Amino acid sequence: MLGVARMMQQPVQPAEATRSAVSVKNLDIRFGGKGAEFTALSDVSVEIPEGALVTMLGPSGCGKSTLLRAVADLVHVSDGSISVLGQPPKKAREGRDFAFVFQEATLLPWRSAIDNVGLPLEVGKHDSSLPTADPQEMLALVGLKGREKALPHELSGGMRQRVAIARALVTRPRILLMDEPFGALDEITRDKLNEELLRLWQETGTTILFVTHSIPEAVFLGEYVLMLESLPGRVKEFMKVDLPHPRKLAVRDTVEFIRITAKLRALLEEC
Amino acid sequence: MTDFTHGSKQGVAMPLEKRNGVAEAVMGFFASHYPAILAVTGCIALWQFVVWFFAVPTFMAPSPVEVFHAFGENGAILWANLLPTLLEAFLGFIFGNLIAILLAVWFVYSSTAEKAFYPIAVIVKSIPIIALAPILVLIFGNGIAPKIIIAGLICFFPTLVNMVQGLKAASPAMLDLMRVLSASNAEVFWKVRLPASLPFLFAALKIAATSSVMGAIVAEWIGSSYGLGALIIEATYNFRSPLLYATVVIAAGLAVALFFVVSFIESRVIRWKPDAQH
Ligand SMILES: Nc1ncnc2c1ncn2[C@@H]1O[C@H](COP(=O)(O)OP(=O)(O)OP(=O)(O)O)[C@@H](O)[C@H]1O
Ligand SMILES: [Mg+2]
Repeated sequence: MLGVARMMQQPVQPAEATRSAVSVKNLDIRFGGKGAEFTALSDVSVEIPEGALVTMLGPSGCGKSTLLRAVADLVHVSDGSISVLGQPPKKAREGRDFAFVFQEATLLPWRSAIDNVGLPLEVGKHDSSLPTADPQEMLALVGLKGREKALPHELSGGMRQRVAIARALVTRPRILLMDEPFGALDEITRDKLNEELLRLWQETGTTILFVTHSIPEAVFLGEYVLMLESLPGRVKEFMKVDLPHPRKLAVRDTVEFIRITAKLRALLEEC
Repeated sequence: MTDFTHGSKQGVAMPLEKRNGVAEAVMGFFASHYPAILAVTGCIALWQFVVWFFAVPTFMAPSPVEVFHAFGENGAILWANLLPTLLEAFLGFIFGNLIAILLAVWFVYSSTAEKAFYPIAVIVKSIPIIALAPILVLIFGNGIAPKIIIAGLICFFPTLVNMVQGLKAASPAMLDLMRVLSASNAEVFWKVRLPASLPFLFAALKIAATSSVMGAIVAEWIGSSYGLGALIIEATYNFRSPLLYATVVIAAGLAVALFFVVSFIESRVIRWKPDAQH
């Protein structure tokens, strides 16, 4: 837990608590050339407060991944603007302000777990004055102490995803972008990682934007839920989840939790 | 071939007391490959029987025993002709594959280059090597150069095709990851594209290992006074069938040896499984 203690040193000032980590204004994203144009996102505006954990829900193909990838400077913005910690996404990317966790672990299969976690420290011309974490500590943080030398094919799916999370944390990003990171895992592993993610979030104060297909997961994790509707992708709802922190898995059996999931399910059906 | 690489792990139960290493290895090899060993022995025995039973004259087809004697009698000749062929095949293998790899890298980074030169590569590939050999001998003379070029040409195309495919094999997600990390093109190449291409490269190198020997021998047929290819021609015209067969066995042995060298290097280099994502 040494890593966590150091990560907590990030300044959390009251005045900054309401600042936006990610600010999206009138965003349009279109794919394909002239004529065969396809509008994936249309007039999306949303403010993600710094330090918040926002989960993103919506029907398949509504543009959740596209929005996340636009924030990460992985797709071209057609119209509107995105600002990440007050900068354009490209600057934020080069400044290592965010890390991305994909649905698949996306580990380099020829590298051991520890070398995969260390990859971000080896590549890119990043500012050496930026804080970084020790890959060893990050692996321990996600519960993989002792498996440093293992190659990805020697690890289970859940373990690989933990390595991917450790890799995302090694640059001490202020924002974590996660696209269905636990989508391919079984429910038990997923529950466990959900709890660990919540703990991590509370200990580090990192802003997290988390895409999921599961309404209970969105409610359990989310401080806010952002719902997109499809064709074209727009914001359907941005709501605060009124469940106290810290949350335990048992919160999912409370009346309040069920009320919120029912409400979201009804909203999702309208999309 | 998987039989050869994985078979030895299956080994049968050994007596508890420790044997010495070599004997154990030989026993282990026999234990795991006995079907192949029995089949080969059977074929040789059948060959011996047919030659004996039908009283086939030696110049037409020698018996295994005669071929075996040919090894002893012509040991020096075989050895002296093996070395040049090995050298040609080896140098052809190195140059052919090196050029193919460099060209593949160029193709992957420049689609114009790919569009311009890929068709030429296909055309060169579709000229039968046996037809190309005389042309090269006319241009480069009787020396070692045309042999290296032909051995190299025969390696070139499979490696080019596989390497282009391999360099494009890195998953889009891996490339996205490198982009999020603001990695430079060189970093993407060395840390992702090149390692991802290695399984494809080695698949081609294993083919090239055996075909480079074939290329060198074919080149030696056309114009040479040394090498296994020249020896094959000479033995044929002089009706020295046992020597001819012994040469063929040596040539095959050389190809198999090169194949195993490449396989061994592959097993050292590639310790991962390409599909680790699922
Ligand atoms: N590179 C691309 N080129 C063309 N169209 C694309 C591209 N990427 C996404 N799209 C389209 O944009 C739309 C939104 O895709 P996106 O992947 O963002 O959906 P999603 O909400 O993440 O879906 P899912 O929940 O199934 O992951 C889809 O209709 C998809 O076909
Ligand atoms: Mg998606």
